[in-house]
Amino acid sequence: MTQLSKAQLLQAYRTMRTIREFEERVHAEFATGTIPGFVHLYAGEEASATGFCMHLRDDDYIASTHRGHGHCIAKGVDPVEMMAEIYGKATGSCRGKGGSMHIADLSKGMMGANGIVGGGGPLICGAALAAKYKKRGGVGICFFGDGASNQGTILEAMNLASVWDLPAIFVAENNGYAESTSSTWSVACDNIADRASAFGMPGVIVDGFDFFAVHEAAGEAVRRAREGGGPTLVEVKFMRYYGHFEGDAETYRGPNEVEKLRHEKDCLLRFRNRVTSSGEVQASELDVIDKDALALIDRAVAKAKADPKPKAADLLTDVYVSYP
Amino acid sequence: MASIHAVTVPKWGLSMDKGAVMAWHKQPGDRVRKGEDLVDVESDKIANVVECPADGILRRQVAAVGDVLAVGALLGVVADEEASDAEVEVLVTQFQATFVPMEAAVAGGPQPQVVHAAGRRVRYLVMGEGAEALLLIHGFGSDLNNWLFNQEPLAAGRRVYAIDLPGHGESDKHLDTGSVDEYAACVIAFMDEVALSAAHFVGHSMGAAVALCVADSTPARVRSLTLVCPAGLGPEINIDYLTGFAEANSRNALKPMLSQLFADEALVNRKLVDDVLRYKRLEGVREALEKTIAAQFAQGHQRRLLRDVVGRLPTQVLWGAEDRIIPPQHAEGLRADVAVHRLAGAGHMAHMEAPAEVNRFIASFIARGL
Amino acid sequence: MAREISYQQAINEALRQEMERDPSVLVMGEDNAGGEGSPGERDAWGGVLGVTKGLYPKFPDRVLDTPISESGFIGAAIGAAAAGMRPVAELMFVDFMGVCFDQIFNQAAKFKYMFGGKAQTPVVIRTMVGAGLRAAGQHSQMLVNVFTHIPGLKVVCPATPYDAKGLLIQSIRDNDPVIFCEHKLLYGLKGDVPEESYAIPFGEANVVREGKDVTIVTFGRMVHLSNEATAELAKAGIQCEVIDLRTTSPLDEDTVLESVAKTGRVVVVDESNPRCSIASDISSLIAMKAFGDLKAPIEMVTAPHTPVPFADSLEDLYIPGPAKIRGAVERVARYH
Repeated sequence: MTQLSKAQLLQAYRTMRTIREFEERVHAEFATGTIPGFVHLYAGEEASATGFCMHLRDDDYIASTHRGHGHCIAKGVDPVEMMAEIYGKATGSCRGKGGSMHIADLSKGMMGANGIVGGGGPLICGAALAAKYKKRGGVGICFFGDGASNQGTILEAMNLASVWDLPAIFVAENNGYAESTSSTWSVACDNIADRASAFGMPGVIVDGFDFFAVHEAAGEAVRRAREGGGPTLVEVKFMRYYGHFEGDAETYRGPNEVEKLRHEKDCLLRFRNRVTSSGEVQASELDVIDKDALALIDRAVAKAKADPKPKAADLLTDVYVSYP
Repeated sequence: MASIHAVTVPKWGLSMDKGAVMAWHKQPGDRVRKGEDLVDVESDKIANVVECPADGILRRQVAAVGDVLAVGALLGVVADEEASDAEVEVLVTQFQATFVPMEAAVAGGPQPQVVHAAGRRVRYLVMGEGAEALLLIHGFGSDLNNWLFNQEPLAAGRRVYAIDLPGHGESDKHLDTGSVDEYAACVIAFMDEVALSAAHFVGHSMGAAVALCVADSTPARVRSLTLVCPAGLGPEINIDYLTGFAEANSRNALKPMLSQLFADEALVNRKLVDDVLRYKRLEGVREALEKTIAAQFAQGHQRRLLRDVVGRLPTQVLWGAEDRIIPPQHAEGLRADVAVHRLAGAGHMAHMEAPAEVNRFIASFIARGL
Repeated sequence: MAREISYQQAINEALRQEMERDPSVLVMGEDNAGGEGSPGERDAWGGVLGVTKGLYPKFPDRVLDTPISESGFIGAAIGAAAAGMRPVAELMFVDFMGVCFDQIFNQAAKFKYMFGGKAQTPVVIRTMVGAGLRAAGQHSQMLVNVFTHIPGLKVVCPATPYDAKGLLIQSIRDNDPVIFCEHKLLYGLKGDVPEESYAIPFGEANVVREGKDVTIVTFGRMVHLSNEATAELAKAGIQCEVIDLRTTSPLDEDTVLESVAKTGRVVVVDESNPRCSIASDISSLIAMKAFGDLKAPIEMVTAPHTPVPFADSLEDLYIPGPAKIRGAVERVARYH
């Protein structure tokens, strides 16, 4: 038996399934050429965003990466608005002015997907610092990748979070590749989590395909932060299903690499197997969620395609809060 | 006996230490009368004209247009026909040989001081010694510096106070209501604090209404009233000027407002505008001015009329004929024993545009009352 | 009360008054208090040149020392601003912007726009600029033009103590990211500064001196060197109008163009290297919008296209001085 309530189990599954359907659909639509710019898909990694964000409130902050759709959905950003944003429409989360890599919703504590590798580390230190002054037990989570784990900003942010005793959690989503190079090559130590002690914080490793393992480790780290125990580094180990970006030929991957993952490791499959065999949830209940998610994404895509683009005047607005 | 007079650069205001000669009105050889305009001098704050000190002939222009000289330096010589050229030359040579420009701080003499009256900081400047005391009260948006052409001349043989009203200058900026009564109460508290039992009041614009209000509530403190372009004598007022002044937060917005205060708009130079802008940007000033407007005016008209106070004690009214803020017509129909003097060529800031006349009227008025 | 204090004291006073007024104002930077974790005094330095001294004892929970990790703490200031605080972070020398520029130009500057107007980042980054202290190539640059180029940033360069206090107060109250550039050689400059709080709006240049013959457009320490030059020039009968830009972004174009319409002759003085500088920006603006008013080609007086040299004889050649400014004004005045 898991330690989650049925409602929580259903919520977790819904979030992961919504992310999966969202990403799979974007993958399909992108291939038709209707989506502008770059997209970076989170398919396969759903357990990480979901497992962490289930412990968060709206006034907790997260910073994300260029591969941010999953974090956005898990933090409560409206998927319909997200889809419109990806299509560059005026009804998008950012009114069409950010795109896939810059979706944000500060009202939900989502500080933005970020086009700069490692960009979110210092920002989350800032949100965590602000949380200390607000005195409501708020925390900040910085999601970053194995590539970013080598960026100076992440190293500085981890040190700063320890030195300033910040309620910050650093989640290294090690999905096996930083663009085309393997993380086993680019990260000098065996595990990104091994770096934690160098920065004065505990380091934890979890299987990113196992929602429950992630959820438990996340709960521990969030609790520590809320109680003033300072930062934690959690390394989530898994693999991404798609390329670095859509259009990546992925020739750097092994033969049938992704196929094997989808059959043997997939987080949604494992979740379904576990909760149905324990009897906590009926398969039919999960099927309903599957259908709902598909319908939601269908609606989102149809709306995104039909909605208008931003007006010419929008080009010049929102540079500043005030002029001058 | 030949009379020879040195015409020197006067000190206008606390910080003036030099002036630039802008234009001569008279040429060597011209007959001149005492009080006539002789030469235009400009300090970095203000431009004004130096008056001829005596009847006679302008014998020498020592300073040329464009010269920048220290306060007290020799501008020219006026003498009667009896004085020989040699005698004039001697005066010039001796003057130049012995003249030492004073440091602004030394030349400044009295510096403003601060007291706390009824819980508020009040800045004031007192000059001179004498049996009679004067209290100069500025108008809306102004401060004690606007008496720069008046306070020192009036301080010859008199003790002259000038204050910054609350919300203005370097006094406390907080106002409860901004009503004339509140300002008047502050003036009385100030007088208590500096042990000034009574004084001849000289009030300009809103300051005149404040003076009338003090005369109304505590007449024992007021020896006489000189009202310069006063508020309080009639309902009309240029409310657009007041609200425009309160709102303006840039040079370009403020300059056209300030220009309305003078008959000669050229007096509104960059430094004047900058000084007013600096004042307006201080914390609390905008609120103070807006409160004052709300308290003292309704539907563009003055609320507090104090005509009946006029004449209860010795009162004179001086008004710039070209006042664009408050109509000089308000001085009509006052009691017969109230002297009313129109100042030709002067606007609302009559005490700055016709200072010599204003100072003469005040001096003779006070003297008459003794 | 108007009284004389230094540029440095004016900055300190602005910080203190704003921290008193608004509990969300934070101060952070390397050694901004000084002594964190060390056995001796706290508030040991108050900033490397003492500008923030005395703030830590008054606001011990709001003045933070930082490790030497600009990316980390400048980014943290930016994140804290996006999360509702009003941090004033110090980038000790503007020359260090290289190690944290991403957080400034890709994050802070762009949040509001990229997030469709749904964010604001009220952060102030105070930084030391300028040459003359013999601090050599990596501690003497201006780089004001680099920030000015970035949409979403506001850039402020006070030249006097009065301006420093009023513009810093405005910067803290402004809801956009502001780069506040303090010239190292101006810290000791004294001037009249009211004790009371006041704010000077952005986008308002200051006409420091009026004159009908030649317009000098400048900012920062060059305002003072221009004033030295104009005193000499007045004796030679050339009356200069000196315009201190005060903020390069937003820029007060109107005041510049009004002056050019009056004089027809312009010299732009900028302590930076000439390529893609504030000077070239102003020059092109004038050439495009006031071509008909010009009676002479525009001249720029800038540093040469080199890093700042160390040797005092060389640094003194590098910095545009009154003699160079005078030369340019005379050429422009005499041009027919």
